[in-house]
Amino acid sequence: MIELYVLLVFMIIGAIIAIEMKDLLSAVIAVGAVGLGLSIVFLVLKAPDVAITQLVVEMLCLIILLRATLKKDLPFSTTGRWLLNTLITAGFIVAFLFVAIRAFKDLPEFGYPIMRVANIYLKEGLIKTGASNLVSSVILDFRAYDTLGEATILFTAVIGVLAIVRRIGRKKKDEVVEEDDE
Amino acid sequence: MSKEHDKGMSLIVKVITRLTVGLILLFGIYIVLHGHVSPGGGFAGGVIIALSFVNLMLAYGKDVALKKISKSAMSFFESTGALLFLSIALLGFTGGYFFLNFISKGEPFRLFSAGIIPLCNIAISLKVGAGLFAIFVVLVLLKFEWEKKE
Amino acid sequence: MIIYLLCLMLFCCGLYCILRKRNIIKIILGIIIAEYAVNLFFILVAYRMGGRSPILSSGVEIVNMVDPLPQALVLTSIVIGLATTALLVALAMRIYEKYGTFDITKIKELKG
Repeated sequence: MIELYVLLVFMIIGAIIAIEMKDLLSAVIAVGAVGLGLSIVFLVLKAPDVAITQLVVEMLCLIILLRATLKKDLPFSTTGRWLLNTLITAGFIVAFLFVAIRAFKDLPEFGYPIMRVANIYLKEGLIKTGASNLVSSVILDFRAYDTLGEATILFTAVIGVLAIVRRIGRKKKDEVVEEDDE
Repeated sequence: MSKEHDKGMSLIVKVITRLTVGLILLFGIYIVLHGHVSPGGGFAGGVIIALSFVNLMLAYGKDVALKKISKSAMSFFESTGALLFLSIALLGFTGGYFFLNFISKGEPFRLFSAGIIPLCNIAISLKVGAGLFAIFVVLVLLKFEWEKKE
Repeated sequence: MIIYLLCLMLFCCGLYCILRKRNIIKIILGIIIAEYAVNLFFILVAYRMGGRSPILSSGVEIVNMVDPLPQALVLTSIVIGLATTALLVALAMRIYEKYGTFDITKIKELKG
């Protein structure tokens, strides 16, 4: 299990680098490194479906971020009240950590999960659905409603982006908008 | 050849893209079709198909890529994917309830097994691939207009 | 238990970035890091010691597999995270076009 700890420490260092960099391009590349480390952690935890999906989705996310934000970074200085803001943030995070650590006592120990429902899926998955990939049979046969909801969310996201970006429908009284075949 | 920014990238990138973009598309289709016997499935395969078109657009500029698949074709594919998924679900009513797995399940570990699962994978991959490529095209066009105004 | 604490520290890094930074793109990066931490937490709960991945193959007898249910949930959640990020980036680009800056302390007018 030592490689799991090493990879997690690498991800935390990558996240700290991404937060503190002033250059936006380096910060985006550091987030890409965190995502790659996460995909390898998924492989170590024996989840190959999730590792493939995480890798390709993170690539597309980086391309969208890079393509949209290659601008010069504006230099700005911090205003006053810096000490008060930092103290309030630190207090909030400490309160959150306190509540979360008390909730960890109810979790089962790492490596011995309680599988009440999943035992049925593991035993009868092949017989009831005929698929060898049990994760696919869970997504598309036992819990297909969630996949329908997720398809709806993707559709709504595409409609939302198209509605934010388009130009027609925003013109003032005498302005002429050129038809930019959308 | 001219080196304007909207005509794509340099010569090495164009040659390598011309050789490998068909293989990336084929790999995505393979992962979609074998979703029920090996890891992968509809979501990962759909994103890989979208990534192959994004690669074509980044290397050659947006005119060449939009000639290969036009905007009306993208909206057609996305709607077809969503309607196909819904109609497979509604056809389960012939057997009993919503989303019933009504096609016969063949023998396991073969390609034509597992009822409605391969058909659902194909529908989802169409929807995800067309939708994500549409998002990318629209964001690139917005930035392009924004750079032209300055 | 140390593993869960490391995962929680990754989430807190993302949370600090959302609360304290003034650039909109940095806030979006903080949201992405927090989403990675939550997905990691689900897969950590589903691990079984000495288990193998939940994919059957012909001719091999399987005795011990990890939990497939959280993996199905996380698969959906990753693609939803991508849709959210795309929507946030589109909003950020519109804000830049209207106000000329990415700084959130200079965006004070609620004009439509």
